[in-house]
Amino acid sequence: MNAKDTPIAALSTAPQRGPSAAPPPDALWRRTVRHPLVWPLVTLALILAVNASLNPGLWHLQWRDGHLYGSLIDIVNRAAPLAIVALGLTLVIATRGIDISVGAVVAIAGAVAALMMGDEMKIVDGQAVHLSHVPVAVAVLGALAAAGLCGAWNGLLVARAGLQPIIATLIMMLAGRGAAQLLTGGQILSIQYVPYFAIGNGFLIGLPVAALIALAVWGGMTLMLERSALGLFIRAIGINPRAARVAGVRSRTITICVYAFCGLCAGIAGVIVSSNVKSADGNNAGLLMELDAILAVTIGGTLLSGGRFTLAGTVIGALIIQTLTSTIYAIGVPPEINLVVKAVVVFAVMLLQSSEFRRQLRALAFRPAPGAPR
Amino acid sequence: MLNATGIDKRYGAVTVLEGVNLHLRAGEVHALMGQNGAGKSTLIKILTGVVVPDAGTLALDGAPIVPSSPLASQKLGISTVYQEVNLCPNLTVAENIFAGRFPRRGWAGLKAIDGPRMVRETRALLARLHLDIDPTQTLGTLPVAVQQLVAIARALSVQAKVLILDEPTSSLDDSEVESLFTVLRGLRAEGLAILFVTHFLDQVYAISDRITVLRNGRFVGEWQPADLPAQALVAAMVGRDVALASAATADADAPQPNALGEGSTTRLSLRGFGAERRLHPLDLDLHPGEVVGVAGLLGSGRTELARLMFGLDAADSGTLQVQGKTVRFTHPAQAVRLGLGFCPEERKADGIVGELSVRENIVLALQARAGLWPCIRPARQRELAQHYIELLGIRAADSDMPIALLSGGNQQKALLARWLATAPSVLILDEPTRGVDVAAKQELMNEVMRLAREGMSVLFISSEFDEVLRISDRIVVMRDRRKVGELARGCSESEVMSLICEPA
Repeated sequence: MNAKDTPIAALSTAPQRGPSAAPPPDALWRRTVRHPLVWPLVTLALILAVNASLNPGLWHLQWRDGHLYGSLIDIVNRAAPLAIVALGLTLVIATRGIDISVGAVVAIAGAVAALMMGDEMKIVDGQAVHLSHVPVAVAVLGALAAAGLCGAWNGLLVARAGLQPIIATLIMMLAGRGAAQLLTGGQILSIQYVPYFAIGNGFLIGLPVAALIALAVWGGMTLMLERSALGLFIRAIGINPRAARVAGVRSRTITICVYAFCGLCAGIAGVIVSSNVKSADGNNAGLLMELDAILAVTIGGTLLSGGRFTLAGTVIGALIIQTLTSTIYAIGVPPEINLVVKAVVVFAVMLLQSSEFRRQLRALAFRPAPGAPR
Repeated sequence: MLNATGIDKRYGAVTVLEGVNLHLRAGEVHALMGQNGAGKSTLIKILTGVVVPDAGTLALDGAPIVPSSPLASQKLGISTVYQEVNLCPNLTVAENIFAGRFPRRGWAGLKAIDGPRMVRETRALLARLHLDIDPTQTLGTLPVAVQQLVAIARALSVQAKVLILDEPTSSLDDSEVESLFTVLRGLRAEGLAILFVTHFLDQVYAISDRITVLRNGRFVGEWQPADLPAQALVAAMVGRDVALASAATADADAPQPNALGEGSTTRLSLRGFGAERRLHPLDLDLHPGEVVGVAGLLGSGRTELARLMFGLDAADSGTLQVQGKTVRFTHPAQAVRLGLGFCPEERKADGIVGELSVRENIVLALQARAGLWPCIRPARQRELAQHYIELLGIRAADSDMPIALLSGGNQQKALLARWLATAPSVLILDEPTRGVDVAAKQELMNEVMRLAREGMSVLFISSEFDEVLRISDRIVVMRDRRKVGELARGCSESEVMSLICEPA
């Protein structure tokens, strides 16, 4: 076995074609083309290239005030909440489930954080200083706990009550949005407490904090999946839940935990979003984010039918979506046809990634002689 | 009628079929024999248009055909009934039979499904099979054996010239097999060409007019049953002489009647153990190093017993003791932790995790018992998998290939390996030899006996009484979801039969 077959390869879903001692260049090329992350990467490169041709400043990075600035950094920073939500959703989808309540949970998390901090103001030395009821850490933990509970509730409905995942999370999507609106009183709660802003706007060692958080979530999940048998269990549950149960896998517990973790991820994203826009908006925060997240997971190469998943693919998927959004804004597409353009591009991306479609294209391009071996 | 000549098929580097010939004649039942992995299923897939051969020709009534899809071959008159029933359990019997081509009625634009006609025609078709069931019943509520007959009825409902049956009898009991054979004889008299795949030698001799044998993807020969005694048939299938284990020879390598017997510690004991509507309360003891056979027909409660013992279903009466401690399982994971293992009857639905590799399937139970940590390292996983692949003779190109690509018997061995890896003290095997060829069956049985000699307690459930008799130290006989008796080693098949048939 070569070096590629380290635990990452064992976990990732790349179809492994047996031992291969020093493949010839042709085989290497084939293997590269067949690698599941190739098409998402090609797509990302294409969209970036289009963006760069319209916006020559795309590649321009500069170091200013100890921070890294530039369009690319901006894209990565903005993609962070989506990437985190999509990472959590990847595991849910891998167990053959779905969670369409993540957008609502994003709103709940923001609202809880805003309420816990409150809106108190004091005049110090003739200047208005905003205070918080609780330290930032407590507000964040409260928000995450609320989000994790929402996720665990989804998991209970799916694993214990046996509801279809789309129905169980549809309930949470509606109830959660309603709860967020209730918490914010239907208003946009503005957040004034300055230390909280660091999460969504701050920089650490020159990099945006939000992007670092996303990186940490990704890294933590990868480590967890690599060091434990969680990946094996999740895939077994996704492919054949009955057989997994017979083999002694605690499928219910794992399912509940996976949904709870997905809620937690949505909570992290909610904190980042509310910190970034300095307000909690029960009506619009995270609106339709579940769809972007499902899209990111799918574009990344995770099967919606469960069992096969890739975290790296999901991160690339989230970057693709955000780059696309940024590109659409950058080239000045009128807002009213924004969604249509996005839909067309996503359609093209999905076609490009369909191996069936590629085979048909190939068949059109090179017609094999009749009777030739396939 | 249907001729296949010089068929080749490769999947990647693996040659599955090479120069295979098959000649089906009208009005004959033709048996296709071969071990697991001999290429029987692939050949059938080629005949039915599921896969396209790399070389070779197919001809129907002398005219060359190229079936490109199952539908195309069906239109040509080739109908197939697959090993696993592939009907929709949520539809009615009639809907299953006419799915995709419902009879219509009404005016040009408004063509409603003609329900009454469908039911009427279904009843006529079922009558041809001597099957008296309500066509409007939901298929899933019927026993598997009846579902199998419905599948045959569906295959016959198109104007079939060639009927292919892939192990149609593996889920049928003796009387059902006999009624199926009556049906087949009738169809043969009507001039159908029937291809019949099975692992049961006696059935081959009972029904077939001709036998084709495949081995390792190659054509071995075509014979008439009279020219090919069972011994020679097995030799042709395995390529060497395997002594067909008669009761006498098997006894020699079977464990000696357990010396530990009564007084020794019981490893697992059931007292008044049962569940409402599943299993009448029963008593059962398993001792170390003992193989206890469970003999009973389909629906006699044997699978229910296994599932209750393993915590897959909840028992509601009596006690279950493991090593003297009373336990109540609510999840199989608890049973696994106490050293139980269970190879389920429905291999595909409850056993294998199809898209995972052979290696991952083998380590799954061991890892599940260990929990999330510590994770078995990939190198160790490969080592374990390799060990069992060699020990049990699993035919797999390598341990990283998806288990779904293995043949049925090899999947079964991999499942056995999954449990052996956990070194269980009690192993429950529910129909472990179903759909497994003769040689592999013998290997599985030998392995079970070896495990028992090493001290494992085995509960061996099978509908093949000769197997149960050969392997067991004690035999529990079940009927109508209750234990009707217990027989000692050395009893005869007729004793078992008389217990089963005895009026309640």
